[in-house]
Amino acid sequence: MKLEIQHVACGYGKKVVVRDLSVEVNSGEVLCILGPNGVGKTTFFKTVMDFLPPISGEIRLNGECIQPWSRKKLARHLGYVPQAHIPPFPFSVMDVVSMGRTAHLSAFSSPSAKDLDASYAALEQLGVCELSERIYTELSGGERQMVLIARALAQKPDFLLMDEPTSNLDFGNQVRVLKCIDSLVKSGLAVIMTSHAPDHAFLCRAKVALLYRENRIDVGSADEVITEKNLQKAYGVDVKVADIGIPGGLRLKTCIPLLHSVPVDPWESFRAALSAEHRPSECFIEACR
Amino acid sequence: MKMEKKKISVLLLLFVLVVVALLVSMALGQYPIPFPLPDQKDPMLETILFEIRLPRVLAAVMIGGAMALSGASYQGMFRNPMVSPDILGASAGAGFGAALAILFSCNAGEIQVMAFIFGLLAVGLTLLVSKTISRKGNMTLILVLTGMVVSTLFSSLISITKYVADPDSKLPSITFWLMGGLSSVGSRDVKLLFVLFLVGAIPLLLVRWRLNVLSFGDEEAQGMGVDVPKLRLTVILASTLLTAACVSLCGLVGWIGLVVPHMARLLVGPNFKDLLPASTFLGAFFLLIVDDVARCAFSVEIPLGILTALIGAPFFLYLLMKGKKGWT
Repeated sequence: MKLEIQHVACGYGKKVVVRDLSVEVNSGEVLCILGPNGVGKTTFFKTVMDFLPPISGEIRLNGECIQPWSRKKLARHLGYVPQAHIPPFPFSVMDVVSMGRTAHLSAFSSPSAKDLDASYAALEQLGVCELSERIYTELSGGERQMVLIARALAQKPDFLLMDEPTSNLDFGNQVRVLKCIDSLVKSGLAVIMTSHAPDHAFLCRAKVALLYRENRIDVGSADEVITEKNLQKAYGVDVKVADIGIPGGLRLKTCIPLLHSVPVDPWESFRAALSAEHRPSECFIEACR
Repeated sequence: MKMEKKKISVLLLLFVLVVVALLVSMALGQYPIPFPLPDQKDPMLETILFEIRLPRVLAAVMIGGAMALSGASYQGMFRNPMVSPDILGASAGAGFGAALAILFSCNAGEIQVMAFIFGLLAVGLTLLVSKTISRKGNMTLILVLTGMVVSTLFSSLISITKYVADPDSKLPSITFWLMGGLSSVGSRDVKLLFVLFLVGAIPLLLVRWRLNVLSFGDEEAQGMGVDVPKLRLTVILASTLLTAACVSLCGLVGWIGLVVPHMARLLVGPNFKDLLPASTFLGAFFLLIVDDVARCAFSVEIPLGILTALIGAPFFLYLLMKGKKGWT
């Protein structure tokens, strides 16, 4: 399964928000869309989901253009996980998850026992079966996010589109959602998500599309795109990208924002002023710092 | 699965309740019905039972069911539990049509036709204006706001009609019509209502699962594979047909479409799969009982619209205060 986004420009009416974005997502990959607020992450997302028609360019699934597809056909390939919100009616969790089966039902039917089984299996896959008897509107934010992911899984899609899946979640739930994304991708799904946390792109070993203001875009692996320079350019803040060892002998990059901007190296001029023979040892300079 | 069984038995119980209430209502009224019925034919008794009471009782069942059904559907579509079937202007439009017909001294049949047509016209106007205003915007919100504007417009047109009407003959009959009632319903009306009821109710009951999905919002529903504009148009057309048919037959009888879906939600939960049939039965039952009170409580009949509001409003407050599951 391959989703190709080819030279897509998107926006509302004639107002172009994102210009000429090309990226390709395959089964088993994560595409993380990063960028500052208001740069067009959500607009791009809506274009991929076909909520908005692209102004130019094409979106192809396995080589086939998706624009003429019916909602139903599209929903069988692309599962949408919105940001968790509270619906006006107190549906049970099973009701909510089985709504994901709608794309597999004929226009006038309700979920059958088989559909309910598939819905329960989706909850099982995420390890949250205990929620099945609960009322959706009474769940916590993290639980609600899990139910929405289960709903999209019940849809049996090839691609999962998640709109800021970790926003509004506490630290533990953010990690839980990322773990769940990781295991879904390992099971062969492709995930496209928008995020405000560059760290999450490193954690998921994602492909990254970094959107800058004025319609500039960088696409590539997390290592290539998420650099101190690019983050400065995109967000206008100073960031240190550190490479640290984690248990298991692996290394992982992480972004540390610098709250007080520092000159490149305050000791540079001091060091140059000292003659070679009076130069203090590196340890001394470190200690002074 | 146990829940499923419970819901089905609740639905069955409601259906039986409607049938029993229907039979009991036939026996109620100013003219006493002997029990058991006498063996020999009594033409007076036959006329009262089959020409007067049966049409009226059947009309109450269908109107109550239709109002509650379209109210529940609208609450799902507009994602708002405070919505009633007249939100897009159907009632105000129908009221104006009737007032206009009375002003021009039309007969009862013409009044109904005028009310029906103007009810549809008002909603048509709302749809047209919303379509023009919204360019891919929030259609739900624009529909509600436009509906309010159109309703207000037609309400003021009703006031103008009343203002110019002859205060001795026309004005009282307009006012009385607007208060609502089932006293003028004949067997021909009931046949026509039955056809309109089927045409409006069947599509709503068929798409009822999709109303669940729609209540999560347009984009989510589309993401789950629902053709939202098509579904929304189906719901609006079917509900409008039901509302216009009801109002043109019995005048402005409010509150059923708002209150009954909440009672039904307390019984079977928010899933529209069970909620729509439950609302229909409960609405039928509710209006039957209210109409019985309207015609039997005093020697003079009380206008139905007054009674539904009088019973509906406090009940709504009670539900609000209880504030249980059925709400948020």
